[in-house]
Order: sequence, then C-alpha cells, then structure tokens
Amino acid sequence: MSSVTRKPLILGNKTYKDITDDICQPVEAAPGKKWFAMLLSAKMLFLFYILHIAYIIGVGMGLLGVNHPVAWGTMIITFVFWIGIGHAGTLISAILFLFRQKWRTSVARSAEAMTVFAVMTAGIFPLIHTGRPWLDFWLLPYPNQRGPLWVNFRSPLLWDVFAVSTYATVSSVFWFIGLIPDFATLRDRAKTKLRRMIYGALSLGWRGSARDWAHYEMLYLLLAGLSTPLVLSVHTIVSFDFAVSMLPGWHTTIFPPYFVAGAIFSGFGMVVTLLTLVRIGFPQFKDYITIDHMEVMNKIIMATGLMVGYAYCSEFFIAWYSGNPYEVYAFTNRAFGPYWWSYWIMFSCNVFIPQLFWFERFRRSIPVMFVISIFVNIGMWFERFVITVTSLHRDFLPSNWGMYAWSWFDTAILFGSFGMFLTIFLLYLKFVPAIAIAEVKPVLFVGKKRPGHGGGH
Amino acid sequence: MASGGIAGLWLDDHEVVEAARKVREAGFKKFDAITPFPVHGMEEAIGIKRSMIPYVTFVAGVTGFLAAVALQYWTSAISWPINVGGKPFFSGPAFVPVMFELTILFAALSSVGALFVLCKLPKLDPPVIDPDVTCHKFAIFISEEDSAYNAERCEQLLKSLGAKEIKKLARY
Repeated sequence: MSSVTRKPLILGNKTYKDITDDICQPVEAAPGKKWFAMLLSAKMLFLFYILHIAYIIGVGMGLLGVNHPVAWGTMIITFVFWIGIGHAGTLISAILFLFRQKWRTSVARSAEAMTVFAVMTAGIFPLIHTGRPWLDFWLLPYPNQRGPLWVNFRSPLLWDVFAVSTYATVSSVFWFIGLIPDFATLRDRAKTKLRRMIYGALSLGWRGSARDWAHYEMLYLLLAGLSTPLVLSVHTIVSFDFAVSMLPGWHTTIFPPYFVAGAIFSGFGMVVTLLTLVRIGFPQFKDYITIDHMEVMNKIIMATGLMVGYAYCSEFFIAWYSGNPYEVYAFTNRAFGPYWWSYWIMFSCNVFIPQLFWFERFRRSIPVMFVISIFVNIGMWFERFVITVTSLHRDFLPSNWGMYAWSWFDTAILFGSFGMFLTIFLLYLKFVPAIAIAEVKPVLFVGKKRPGHGGGH
Repeated sequence: MASGGIAGLWLDDHEVVEAARKVREAGFKKFDAITPFPVHGMEEAIGIKRSMIPYVTFVAGVTGFLAAVALQYWTSAISWPINVGGKPFFSGPAFVPVMFELTILFAALSSVGALFVLCKLPKLDPPVIDPDVTCHKFAIFISEEDSAYNAERCEQLLKSLGAKEIKKLARY
C-alpha cells in the first residue's frame, strides 16, 4: 500500500441494497410537510412569474426598464446568469468524468438536473426579449414565403440560438441517459401497477445485460466527450453577444475565458446552495454527498473565483494600457461612476468573500459554505448587471448617456425566475432518484476494505 | 434473446465475473450477465467486442459539420446573398460556431439513436429474471438456443460456480 490512502467516497458500512434503499426512499415515501411547504412557496412564486411574463408579453417590453440607451436589461442579465449556473452541472458530469474524478458520482445527478432546469429557466428570457415572442420561430432558418429570407449567420445572436438550443438538447439527453438504469431500479421495486408502468416507460425497458452496459458505457463516454467542448463553447458564444460589438467595455478578447470561468464559478455556487439544502432535507444523503465532496467543490469555487478576479483586474489593466480614452472611461465609470455600488457588490461577493475558503475550517462548514454560495450567486448576477448596464449607459457621446430605469417588472421577473427553477427542482427531488444509483455502486469500496476479500486492490 | 433458458443469481460482483468467465470457458456462447451496474471486467469475461457506437458518432459528426457548411453556404451565398457590412457572402470564420454546434448536435443525438438500436430500446415490459437484478443481485442467463444447452448440465454448472439461486425461465 502506498502511504496516500483515498478517503471513502461513501460513508458507513453500506451494501448495494442499502444504497438502493437510501436513494429510492425520497421517491417512494410520501412527501413530508416541509417539502409541500417549499413546493407551495416555490409554486406561488412561479405563478407570480407567469402572470408577470404574461403581462409583459401582452403589454410590451416597455414595462421593463429597457430604453435608449440601455436597451439590454434584466432579461439579458438574468438569461446570462441562469445559463452560467448550468455550466457546473455539465462540468461535473462530463469534464470530471473524462478526468476520472470518482467523487463526481454522488453529485453528478443533481448538478446535471440543475443544468437542465437552469437552461430551461434561461431560455425563456431571450425569447421574450425579442419583444414579439409569437414570432420567435423567425430565429430558425426555415424555408419561408418572404423570399425566402434567411437568418443572418454572421450574427452572434444567431450563434446563440444554435449554441443554447444544442446545449439544452444535449444536456437533457445526457441527463436522461444517465437516468435510464435508475428508472429500471425504481420500476423493479414498484409496489403499485401505476408506478411500475410510469417508471417502466421511463426506463425504456432497460435490462442491464452486459452487452447493453458495454454500449451504454461507450455512449456515456462519447456524450461526455461531446459535452466537454460544448459546455465551454456555450458561454464563449454568449460572451460573443457582447464581445463582437464595438462598445467599450464589451469589445474585449478576454470575454470568452472570463465568461466560462465565471459560469463555472456561479454554477458551483448554486450546486453548493442546493446540495446543502438537499443534505438537510434528506439526511440519509449525508453518507453519499459527504463533507469531502462539498470541500472539493468549495475549492473549485475559490479557484474559479480567483480566475474571475484576475479577469476583473486584467480588464482594467488593458483598458489603461490600450490608451483608448473611451475604454478607460468605461472602466473608471464602472468602478466610480453612478453604478459604483453594483461594481463593488460584484467585486466583494466574487473575489473577496470566497477567500474565506483558504481556511479548511470554513471549507468544511455547512453554514459557512451555504452563506458564501449565496454571496457567489448574488455577485455573479451583479457581474452580468455590471457588464450589460454600465457599458451601455455611457458610451461615446455624453448626449447619448442615460440610466437604466429599473421597474417593478424587472424585480418581478428576476425573483420569479427562481420560482420556476425551484418548482422544477423540488418536483425532481420527489420523482427522480437524486443520486445516480448505478454510478455510486461501483465506487462503494473506494478507500474502504471490501468485506470478505482481505485487502484492498 | 426471446427464448427460454436458465439463470443463476449471485450476490457479489467479483464472483459473477469469475462465473461468467467459467461459463464462457465451458463452451457457451448465447449467454449474458445481467447486473445492476456495469461490472468491471465483465466485458472481457464474456468476450464482448468493443461497442461500434463511436463509428456512428464520427459519421454523424461529419454529417452535421457538412450540413452546417451546406446550410450556411447555400442560404448566405446562393439562395439570397445579402451584403452584411461588406463581409464576403461565405464568411468562413463567422460560420464556425454554427458548424461546431451542429457537429455536436448530430453526433450526440445519433449516438443515442445507435444505443437505442443496439440495445433494442425501448422494450415493452420485458420479462425480468428477478426484481433485484437492478438492485443488488447479479445474474447469468444461459439461453436454451445455445447449442451446448442442456437444462441439467447448465444448472449443475451454475451451482458449481456458486450461484445462490437458480431460476428457469420460459421466455427471456
């Protein structure tokens, strides 16, 4: 044995049967009062959201604060925010899979679910932001009777249509493929005919024969390989929406890596927020989603937080070094202009606060990481606010300057979108095994002695 | 395998891999292992060849790429060429993102399609050896279509390999 021993990935003396029982319990038992209370609150917020979205579609985008010169507002900010959240899920499920990080198995399912739901939440915003959402099919290149007039493939906004829809499709498919064997487990445990039918249909009649597993594992590897460049491309292309324009503050080459790092940073923030709550809601999951797992994610938060901090500083340096007065002004205005508060909220939440994770005590403390992860979420929303609003509100000519007229509807859609996300996430926790059963079982004996087999191997 | 046969059940993944190897060495060809999770070493033990899905992925990826090139070239340079900021009608670099996305989309969806075809999914209510083979039991199933099949001999073999339970199936 080498002197370095792995820490066990799953705590307690569990058998394969225990794993199945533990993970299926929330899906099979009647939901508790707390779950209902949370679902009810989330659903109220969701309904509130739907009503406001309906009102905005009915009356028009003028209800929001967007106007000349700040024509991109809460819709775009919150779109980028939610798309970014999604990135951690694909990072965990695809990139860490390729790097053979076994700890990912416990958190991959929920992180991927978060990805799918976050992309769903995000996707609504640009569709409404078009102003006339009933014409959104114009975004697709389809043969039409207007010429045919095609979409402009040179526009970053169109690249975004392709990037986000591909990302949504592939990450949903990836998630579902991972779920097939677990649905089969639920089907075979079903006590009632209805459950058996529903989970039987969802499992597609999965059997788990060695030949099926051979194809399945190959497909999983391929999807991981395809999702890895995909996830890096999505926020790159989202950043092109800004970077390809000529606006000072947007027109920078650092945007793609800076956006991707920020996306992973915010995504892990949300994963930590959700998983600390899942651990409280389902105490038996504490043996699977251990403090060690949370600590690793906190380390990633700190590392990506430093990357984001580097990007903030680099932007300032390049603005000064470029000698371009408009660029210099854009950045001075960000930090010391009328929107100084948003810049410093962003900077403190994303760069200063995660530094607490240098201390092991804080990295391994559930209350501390929960609070920090909330700050990360707030900070990353403000990052997008800073990028979008402060760059637009003062560009080249002072006669073209203005402020963003934040309205009640901006607040409503920002908070309402959390209602949509949380409603779907709570339903997921009740109807889908929140930990990948078939993926956790093979790592059961990592860092442990296998009973009846002498030593480890 | 839409035929009957005999199945043995194990409770340990290492034992079932060993048993599968022995069943293969005994000369059986039409047999399979049914396990709750992919068991390490099982493919070698049974002698399963590498999956052919990567070839599908490659061909579909190339198809997606060419489809994106064709779509963008035809719409932007042939069907209705529009001068956008003096850029060439076929603006190569600007067309890269869509080429990339369609490559990934075609490759991913076709690979999933290939899995469905190869594993014959979806199956309608397939017979189950034991409800616990998706939980903690590991099965080896020998089909009666195998030329070496003999119910008694198979039962003896599976028992001698340590099967905790033997099940005869009319249809699997």
